[in-house]
Amino acid sequence: MDIFLQQLINGLTLGSIYALVALGYTMVYGILGLINFAHGEVVMIGALSSLTFVRLLENSGLPGTLVLLIGLLLAALVCMTLGFAIERVAYRPLRSAPRLAPLITAIGVSIVLQQLAMLIWGRGYHSVPALLPAGRHEFLGASFTNVQVVIVVVAALTMVGLTLLVNRTRLGRAMRATAENPAIAGLMGVDADRIISLTFVIGSALAALAGVLVSANYGIAHYHMGFILGLKAFTAAVLGGIGNLAGAMVGGVLLGVIEALGAGYIGDLTGGVLGSHYQDVFAFFVLIVVLVFRPSGLMGEKVAERA
Amino acid sequence: MSQPRKPWLGVTLVGIALLLAPLVVGASLGNAWVRVLDFAALYIMLALGLNIVVGFAGLLDLGYIAFYAVGAYLYALLASPHFGVHWPAWAILPLGAAVAGLFGVLLGAPTLRLRGDYLAIVTLGFGEIIRIFLNNLNSPVNITNGPKGIAGIDAISVFGHRLSKSIDIGGFTVSGVMLYYYLFVVLALGIVFVGIRLQDSRIGRAWVAIREDEVAAKACGINTRNVKLLAFAMGASFGGVAGGLFAGFQEFVSPESFGLMESIMVLCMVVLGGMGHIPGVIFGGLLLTVLPEAFRHGAGPAQQALFGKVLLDPEALRMLLFGLALIAVMLYRPAGLWPEPRHRREMGK
Repeated sequence: MDIFLQQLINGLTLGSIYALVALGYTMVYGILGLINFAHGEVVMIGALSSLTFVRLLENSGLPGTLVLLIGLLLAALVCMTLGFAIERVAYRPLRSAPRLAPLITAIGVSIVLQQLAMLIWGRGYHSVPALLPAGRHEFLGASFTNVQVVIVVVAALTMVGLTLLVNRTRLGRAMRATAENPAIAGLMGVDADRIISLTFVIGSALAALAGVLVSANYGIAHYHMGFILGLKAFTAAVLGGIGNLAGAMVGGVLLGVIEALGAGYIGDLTGGVLGSHYQDVFAFFVLIVVLVFRPSGLMGEKVAERA
Repeated sequence: MSQPRKPWLGVTLVGIALLLAPLVVGASLGNAWVRVLDFAALYIMLALGLNIVVGFAGLLDLGYIAFYAVGAYLYALLASPHFGVHWPAWAILPLGAAVAGLFGVLLGAPTLRLRGDYLAIVTLGFGEIIRIFLNNLNSPVNITNGPKGIAGIDAISVFGHRLSKSIDIGGFTVSGVMLYYYLFVVLALGIVFVGIRLQDSRIGRAWVAIREDEVAAKACGINTRNVKLLAFAMGASFGGVAGGLFAGFQEFVSPESFGLMESIMVLCMVVLGGMGHIPGVIFGGLLLTVLPEAFRHGAGPAQQALFGKVLLDPEALRMLLFGLALIAVMLYRPAGLWPEPRHRREMGK
């Protein structure tokens, strides 16, 4: 039971981060029908740039939490600028191009960001200073840290905030209208280009947050961290039904929990034949099974076949 | 397709160019560059295989390298000291094509209902699964030798001569990499031939119909299920052959060679060259193999000459330029560098 609970807690932590990143994928996909392959790299830039800002402020005598907060805000600013620029340079000119063209530019952007990060921050792994007050709590035989609590709470609050933003505000209504049909939304007075830019900016801010949280969770950051994280988050978004905000959250948390439980139990289940290094197989296997039975994801709407 | 008036003239010229290329390259730039040409031929085979799936049938496959891996590992297992089995290459390569084709169907069957991006992510997952298995199937029974890979694979032999060894013809030495070059080019030409014949066949037209509109294709009486499965199987079998050749050529395989980045690379070749257009895809394959190598060799010395020292890590610079090139080409030629003249053909009729 304690292993189960422990893995559930770990999975929930990891899943909250997946969900935050998945939101970025799903928001862009919902509006443009485009896989923003570079989103994982934005997360990485968020993590590394926040680390740089934190390093600069580390000895200023400010309390750790405040330093982290300032680092996060500055990193978010960097990522938002980056997201805005990516959309302008790599996606906007290709709105009416063949579907695979923006996918290739996205891959190009992702390669460029990764190499730039390598040139700026080097190939090595950076250890992330623990700025949050350390603490470990026991709960029914399982234990969790303050960092994990912060991750889950912050992620949950962000998701609630985003849901309110999309469903209750004027901007959210414009976003939903643009997602439905950019041309008609334009006729109703929505500036679709502005809304698309804003979507990228909001998604990138979430990416920065996710980057800070994930590096706090593992205690390390490196130029290559965005790739696999982006892949998992995209998987989570598809699992939940891409283009659907609630789906991304559910998919993210579910994927995290499945991975953690899979890693914890796969050895016992198969009599030690398969070890925990098959963790990733588990995630992708579940994805394939779900998509075979529900081709548009868990919470995706059934799309009518186009005539 | 509009035929040039003297097709044989062009074919002869291309033939002579292909024949002389390794000799000229070997003499002027050294054997390392002939090796690059070998890889170009391999990548062209892969790109042509993926072109069937993505270019003709319009099924976005992000895990294509898995079939390359299947072919390569099959060769490695059946012709190496790892199991002590030493089959001849000419028995393994067709088997590799068949097994890879089977994996293609295995991937295709459950994903028939998926469209576009969902298909992309499932194929991506499939590719990762294959790679993870290759990485971990060294326990409890050692099949793939895990991350260490399989070494000491038998070289490919033609008429009893191992291609890894050079050969003397009238006092002129033809090195192993050149022999491999000729083998690969012959096989790549075979694949080009199959591709061209497929393109204008009943099946090829059915693929294009599915790409353009699956519902309409179905309404026209095309058995979309079988035709899609065939696309997966054909594309995969090309990959399987290329994989076997890769294993025999390198005499070493490890899971590292079959990551997602490789799948993406091959996809870039197809899309950058011009999806569904065989000459374009060949051009894309050649370009994306040779250019990064040129950067690798040129980036360091060029900086040395310009600034007197190496300012930026050449490897990073190479990838940076590669990424920028991808973006630039897509922005200015969204249909690829050498796209299919489909419009012209439609207007002509």
